[in-house]
Amino acid sequence: MPSPTDTTQRSATISVLVDNESGVLARVIGLFSGRGYNIDSLTVAPVDAEGRLSRINVVTTGTDMVIEQIKAQLDRLVPVHRVSDLSLEGPHVAREMALVKVVGVGEKRVEALRIADTFRARVVDTTVESFVFELTGASDKLDAFIELMRELGLAEVSRTGIAALARGKRTI
Amino acid sequence: MTAELTQTGAEILLRALKDQGVEVIFGYPGGAVLPIYDALFNQNAIRHVLVRQEGGAVHAAEGYARSTGKVGVVLVTSGPGATNAVTGLCDALMDSIPVICLTGQVPTHLIGNDAFQEADTTGITRPATKHNYLVKRSEDLARVVHEAFYVARSGRPGPVVIDLPKDILINKAPYEEAATQHRSYRPRTEPDPVEISRAVALLKSAKRPMIYAGGGVINSGPAAAAALTKFARMTGFPITNTLMGLGCYPASDPQFLGMLGMHGTYEANLAMHGCDVLLNVGARFDDRVTGRLNAFSQGSRKIHVDIDSSSINKNVPVEVPIVADAGKALEALLTEWTANRAPVDSQAQGAWWRQIDQWRAKDSLKFVQDMKPGSIIKPQYAIQRLYEITKAMGKEIFITTEVGQHQMWAAQYFKFELPNRWMTSGGLGTMGYGLPAAMGVQVAHPDALVIDIAGEASILMNIQEMGTLSQYRLPVKAFILNNQYMGMVRQWQELLHGGRYSESYSAALPDFVKLADAFHAKGLRAETVDQLDDVIHAMLACPTAVIADIAVDPKENCFPMIPSGAAHNEMILGPEHEASDAAVSDQGLALV
Ligand SMILES: Cc1ncc(C[n+]2csc(CCOP(=O)(O)OP(=O)(O)O)c2C)c(N)n1
Ligand SMILES: [Mg+2]
Repeated sequence: MPSPTDTTQRSATISVLVDNESGVLARVIGLFSGRGYNIDSLTVAPVDAEGRLSRINVVTTGTDMVIEQIKAQLDRLVPVHRVSDLSLEGPHVAREMALVKVVGVGEKRVEALRIADTFRARVVDTTVESFVFELTGASDKLDAFIELMRELGLAEVSRTGIAALARGKRTI
Repeated sequence: MTAELTQTGAEILLRALKDQGVEVIFGYPGGAVLPIYDALFNQNAIRHVLVRQEGGAVHAAEGYARSTGKVGVVLVTSGPGATNAVTGLCDALMDSIPVICLTGQVPTHLIGNDAFQEADTTGITRPATKHNYLVKRSEDLARVVHEAFYVARSGRPGPVVIDLPKDILINKAPYEEAATQHRSYRPRTEPDPVEISRAVALLKSAKRPMIYAGGGVINSGPAAAAALTKFARMTGFPITNTLMGLGCYPASDPQFLGMLGMHGTYEANLAMHGCDVLLNVGARFDDRVTGRLNAFSQGSRKIHVDIDSSSINKNVPVEVPIVADAGKALEALLTEWTANRAPVDSQAQGAWWRQIDQWRAKDSLKFVQDMKPGSIIKPQYAIQRLYEITKAMGKEIFITTEVGQHQMWAAQYFKFELPNRWMTSGGLGTMGYGLPAAMGVQVAHPDALVIDIAGEASILMNIQEMGTLSQYRLPVKAFILNNQYMGMVRQWQELLHGGRYSESYSAALPDFVKLADAFHAKGLRAETVDQLDDVIHAMLACPTAVIADIAVDPKENCFPMIPSGAAHNEMILGPEHEASDAAVSDQGLALV
C-alpha cells in the first residue's frame, strides 16, 4: 500500500498499447495535463502490421502513489489495451535518438568531431562551418554528449523521446 | 445487402438506439441534426421530449438514468447545442451516470473551417466525458452507437458523446448489429477471492467496525443494495451513506447512522473517525467526506471495493483493495462471512455500539420550530413535514434537489428506504440540476410523485424547463425553500468571511406563484408555519406541475458542519458552537 506521506519522487517509464485512432494521443496528454502529472518525454507510433495499434512510451516523475494513479487512469481510457510500468516490472532497455547541430570553425570544430567519434555519433550533414550529428542511446548518454557540445558551438537539438521494451521474452 | 443500403445514417442511428432499448430522447433541434429529426418524425418507437435548453436535456437524461438504471439519451445540435450540454456532461461524469449525448456536427468536408455553428465538440468534451466519438463514415455509425452504450453503462458508468457530421446522417450504409465483445474496454467486475477472504478476516477481527457505502452500490443495481442490507444485518455493523449513496441502505434501520461528511451526522462522522476496521463499498473518499486527509480515520485498517481501480489509493491508502462491481463483491463477502468460522469480538462491538449511541444521543440534527401561528418556517421543519406527509400517502416518491443548503437539509431530513429514489448533483454541485432532473424522472415514472427540493436561486438556473413540464403534462412539484439568499454562500461568508455578504442576496426575485401561472402550472405560497401543511397538501393534490414557494428563515445555517480543512472530530454542531469551535485554518480557507 503506497504511503501518501512518502514524498520520494521516482522516474517511471510507462508503455501503453492503444488503438491507433484519432484523438487517442490527445486523451493521454489531456489526462496528464488535466490531473497535473509530469511528462518528461513521450513517443508514439503504430507498431503492428495493420496499423491498428500504437505504442505510447511516457517517461514521468512522481511519488509511488502518483505513479500508481497514472497507470490506473491510463488503464481506464477506453482505447487503451495494456499499460506496463517498465521501470517496475523488471529490467528494460530504453533508447532515444538525437540530432545535434554544432556550428563553429577551427579548433572547436575539430574537438567536436573528436568527441562525436568517441560517442559513436554519426555525421549526417556537414558544411564548412557546421555539423549535424546523429546519436542513439540511453537518454543520459545523449544528455552527456549535448552537455559537452555546449562549449563547442551547440546550435540546436532535436530529440525523439524514448522507445522502450522489457528485456528478455516478456512482452507488453 | 442492397436492401440494407437504403437506410440513411439518421435511420441507422434510430434503429441502433431502438436496438439498445431506448424509449425516450431528451433533445433540442437545429440545422446539423435536422436529418435525425426527420427520421424521428417518421417513427413511433422512440419518444422525443423537447426541452427548453440543452443543459436541461442532459440533467433530464441523468434523472431518467438514475431513477431507472437505464442509459439516458440526449440529442442536441452542433456548436451552441453541444456547448450548452457540457455542464450536464461534467455532472454525469462526476456522479458516474450513464448518458449518451448525440451532438450534431457540420458536414465532414467543413470540419476545421470555422463553419457556421461549428465547435470542436470532441475536443471540448474529451475531459467532460468517459469517452467520445466523431463518426467519419456512415458505415461506422451503428457500431459506434452500440459501442457507446456499452461504454456508458459498463464498469464505472459515465457520459459518452457521439458527434455526428450532417453528411454522415444523410449518406446511406448497411446496418450492423451490436458486437459481443469490445476490443479493449473490458472492466473487471468479479472480485479477487484472495482479497475477499483477506477482507473478511479483517472484518472478523474488528472491535470497532464501520461500513461506508456510496453511489457505487446504487449504480450496481437494486440487488447490490439488497446484498448490502443483508451483509450489514448479518454482521451487525454500523453503516453510513455518502450523499450519492442515500437509499442504498434503509434510513429507518437502527444500524444506519445517517449521512457522513461535511454536513453528516455527529455519530456517522465520529464513528468514521474512531473505527478500527472500515469497509468502503462504492464510495471514493471524496474531500467532502474525508475532511482533512491527514486526520481522516487514522486508526482504521481499510477495505475498499470500487469498480474503478483509479479510485483506490487515490486519496486514502487502503490495505485491502477490491476492484469489482459492488453487488458482486457484497455477494462474495456474504458467502465468505458465513464460511469463515472465526469468532467476532462481540464484547468489543457491544462497547462500540454503546459509544455510538452516546454520540447519537447528541441528536445533531435537532432544530427548534416555533409552532405559534405566524411564526417563520424553519427549512428543516419544511422538509420534515414534506417527508412525513408524503410518506403517509404511501405513493412511490422520487426526490431531486438543486444545490445549496436546501440540498443538505433534504439529505438530512428526507429518509430513503430504497435505491434510485434520490437524485442530487453530488460531485459537480450543479445549481439548476434539480428541476430538469425531476422532469427526466417523471418521464420515466409518470404515475410517481416527483419533487424537486429547490433553492430560490438554483431553480432560476433552469426555470425554463417549466415550459417542458407543462407541454408534456409532467406533474413535477418544485418545493422551494425560499430563504432569499444563496444560503450556502451566505453561510460560508458568515462563518469564514466575517459576515461580509458579498453578492449572496437573492434580490429582485420573481413572484414564483405568478411565474408558475405564466407556465400554466400551479403556484402556491406558505409564509408562516401554520400555512405549511396546507400548502404541502395542496401541492400533492394538484394534478399538474406545481411551484410551492415556501418562505423559510433566511438566517438559518446548515449543521452539523465540518469546515473545510478540519477533521471529523472538529465538527461544528450548531450556532452555539460557531464562535468557540470554528476550527478554520488559513489552509482551510483556501479549500472549496
Ligand atoms: C452553477 C453553479 N454556480 C455556483 C455555485 C456555487 N453555489 C453553491 S450553493 C449556491 C447558492 C445556492 O442558493 P439557493 O439555490 O438559494 O440554495 P440555498 O443554499 O439558499 O438553499 C451557490 C451560488 C454552484 N454550486 N453551481
Ligand atoms: Mg436560497
